[in-house]
Amino acid sequence: MAQAEAQAQSVAPGTGEAAHAHGQQHPIGVYLWVWFWLFVLSACSYMVDYAELQGYLRWGLILAFMILKAGLIVAVFMHMVWERLALAYAILLPPVAVLVFVAIMAIESNYTEVTRATLFSGGG
Amino acid sequence: MAETTLHSMKAGEPPRPDGLQGIVADWSSDQRAFKSASWGKAMMWIFLLSDTFIFGCFLLAYMTARMSTTVPWPNASEVFALHMFGADIPLILIAIMTFVLISSSGTMALAVNMAYRKNRRATVILILFTALMGATFVGMQAFEWTKLITEGVRPWGNPWGAAQFGSAFFMITGFHGTHVTIGVIFLLIVARKVWRGDYDRGERGFFTSRRGDYEHVEIMGLYWHFVDLVWVFIFAFFYLW
Repeated sequence: MAQAEAQAQSVAPGTGEAAHAHGQQHPIGVYLWVWFWLFVLSACSYMVDYAELQGYLRWGLILAFMILKAGLIVAVFMHMVWERLALAYAILLPPVAVLVFVAIMAIESNYTEVTRATLFSGGG
Repeated sequence: MAETTLHSMKAGEPPRPDGLQGIVADWSSDQRAFKSASWGKAMMWIFLLSDTFIFGCFLLAYMTARMSTTVPWPNASEVFALHMFGADIPLILIAIMTFVLISSSGTMALAVNMAYRKNRRATVILILFTALMGATFVGMQAFEWTKLITEGVRPWGNPWGAAQFGSAFFMITGFHGTHVTIGVIFLLIVARKVWRGDYDRGERGFFTSRRGDYEHVEIMGLYWHFVDLVWVFIFAFFYLW
């Protein structure tokens, strides 16, 4: 990371502190590549539906493409790989709590569904 | 200028430690924890984190409704199909919306890059393209809403299955569309400021009265990429699942 920062500094010659010696300046090629991959990954996730894949293969692919796309956007477009870890951890760790919430509600929903199926045979 | 962008990582200082040691050092430094981010950027990130929880809870509520209902969930692939070229193409409008939003994220990333190069003309053009695609996205969403409402989708019911489909759909896409709309408005404001050279002169902003600089374009970009990020999750969970 220190290397990337040093590189970013050398890309911006003649800029003082006021002009962000640590401003996020990176080669345009990086953005174009990420853009290209976002297109490819979006096309892939659309193809999952178009090809009518079902079951775990479908869900697995949807999640994989989704995580890759989200990772690319956060890491490069939002510059998170070039920020210090103190910021990255402060922002990226708290959403883990949402995943815990998901697990809790998944268990709860299963229970609700079983209860409905048992008690309201006509559907609830 | 120093007032808005206090970078304590100056050129002459010894480098700060990296990795886990760096986290401990930054957080225990008894000053600002975010050494590489100005307060504006840090605050935008914290706002986006809170927004993550909001959208997270929406998607969570949708998951709970969908998992716990005993009525079949409408097939999104068919519901969002469009009749084009003599055939029903599944999810085609949503796919186009996805590509439009990703393209706008790409132009925004380039705009941020051009802003740090002080290329005002390129920055303004790229931001305007971003705003145009954002507006296109909202327009297509309005078309989609109109189509579904005409077909009888309501927050309390729809012709194809579980009643919660409509409420989840209007709530989630409505909130996202609102975010895009607000983003377009602020993109236009930032474009105007870049065009006038406000960030070259460090003019004070109307909202915080602090001196602006080209980092504002990056902070605006953070918001815009976040809107795209949320759409990635909505696309996966609501439309594809």
